[in-house]
Amino acid sequence: MSPIVKKKGEKFTLPSKYLLLILTILCIILMTVTFHTDLFGGPLQFAAGYVTVPFQNGIAAVGGWLSEKGDELAQIRDLLAENRSLKQQVADLTIENTQLQQDKYELNDLRKLYELDEEYANLKKVGARIIGWDGGNWFHSFTINKGEADGLTVDMNVIAGSGLVGRIVSVGENWAKVNSIINDNSNVSGMVLSTADNLIVSGDLELMADSVIRFSQLVDNENKVVIGDKVVTSNISDKYLPGILIGYISSLETDSNNLTKSGRLTPAVDFRHLEEVLVIKQTKQVTE
Amino acid sequence: MRRFLTAGILVLVCFLLQTCVFHALAFNEIVPNLLIILTSSFGFMCGRKNGLLVGFSCGLLLDVFYGSVIGFNALVYMYIGYTNGSFRKVFFPEDVKLPLCLIALSDVFYSIVTYALLFLLRGRFHFGYYFSHIIIPEVIYTITVALVLYPIILRLNYRLEESEKRSARKFVS
Repeated sequence: MSPIVKKKGEKFTLPSKYLLLILTILCIILMTVTFHTDLFGGPLQFAAGYVTVPFQNGIAAVGGWLSEKGDELAQIRDLLAENRSLKQQVADLTIENTQLQQDKYELNDLRKLYELDEEYANLKKVGARIIGWDGGNWFHSFTINKGEADGLTVDMNVIAGSGLVGRIVSVGENWAKVNSIINDNSNVSGMVLSTADNLIVSGDLELMADSVIRFSQLVDNENKVVIGDKVVTSNISDKYLPGILIGYISSLETDSNNLTKSGRLTPAVDFRHLEEVLVIKQTKQVTE
Repeated sequence: MRRFLTAGILVLVCFLLQTCVFHALAFNEIVPNLLIILTSSFGFMCGRKNGLLVGFSCGLLLDVFYGSVIGFNALVYMYIGYTNGSFRKVFFPEDVKLPLCLIALSDVFYSIVTYALLFLLRGRFHFGYYFSHIIIPEVIYTITVALVLYPIILRLNYRLEESEKRSARKFVS
């Protein structure tokens, strides 16, 4: 800043002290407001989404393409051998398939008769690609490339493969933020599939390195729950649809109160190599 | 104006690199903190005001996408930028030790604040674990990346100052 420019007095400059003060107050106001409501979140998320999401989409696409090409090169030899055996299998399967198709028609007819509906096969799902991960090392949330424009709303459940990944916590026009179940601040109400006992599954940063998550408050007086049991989301959860697979119990111990049990479970989803997820387009509660 | 634009582009590029690219390059699930490098270097290179503005925008961007409340990261990054700005008088472009020390200290400060406010208050008391498994690896990785990123920011800043001087001279005459 040359003194000549200042003398003319055309340029008004704010001392950094005051700027710091003003922005500090602004931050504190923003924090208190967004802690309770989502007033400023909307417009900010809208604007930021339009600036960064196109780039993130591009980078994710390039990254996906690169890893695909890398995999292709590495696997080309295996594939040739596999191809030969698969062709044989295809021939066998085609025969089997025609038989099965006949069975399917029969099954569909019978289902209609009994009006049975498969719960999860019929839920509307939409596929989405992960375009960005939480920048720091403290939390484990990510953004996906679908948003309000694709009909997503807050609290929709996100799955990958057959396991639960998390739920949407905020939505922009063309992106959504997903809080994963292994995140340190996440708690899911779960249930052991074999005995229908309820438990709480909570993410823990300390266990993230071992790829397990913690569960607690399992009431199992008859000692029926064993290692390897499936844990699914419970009926009493107000955010998660019931019956989605969370993982398998990998260790189990009785708490010091001798009433409840806690331990660790291995999630059904491989969170380290997550690239694409499915969003279930139905929330547990329609009305608030 | 040119400085404003450059800073904006740098913030955007670093944010994108950190959230998209570096997740693929993570060592043992640890990603470096590029935004701290940027905030800190703008602080001690261009002074308090630039530092706090760059920090504020970096933090706000993080908050909007990944924060639970908007304003927390913005506040922490802003103070980091402002404090780094106080070291402008002892900063010399030839010396690489002071900038790296400042960047490392800023990262440690940011991590400790994050731990204290977002983890300690929720009853996560194993500071030793978090310090040795999250904070130290992150600082080391950040410093390693800073060795590459810092010279680039330094050169950009040098170019900017040159062009500003030239236009100022033109303006006077």
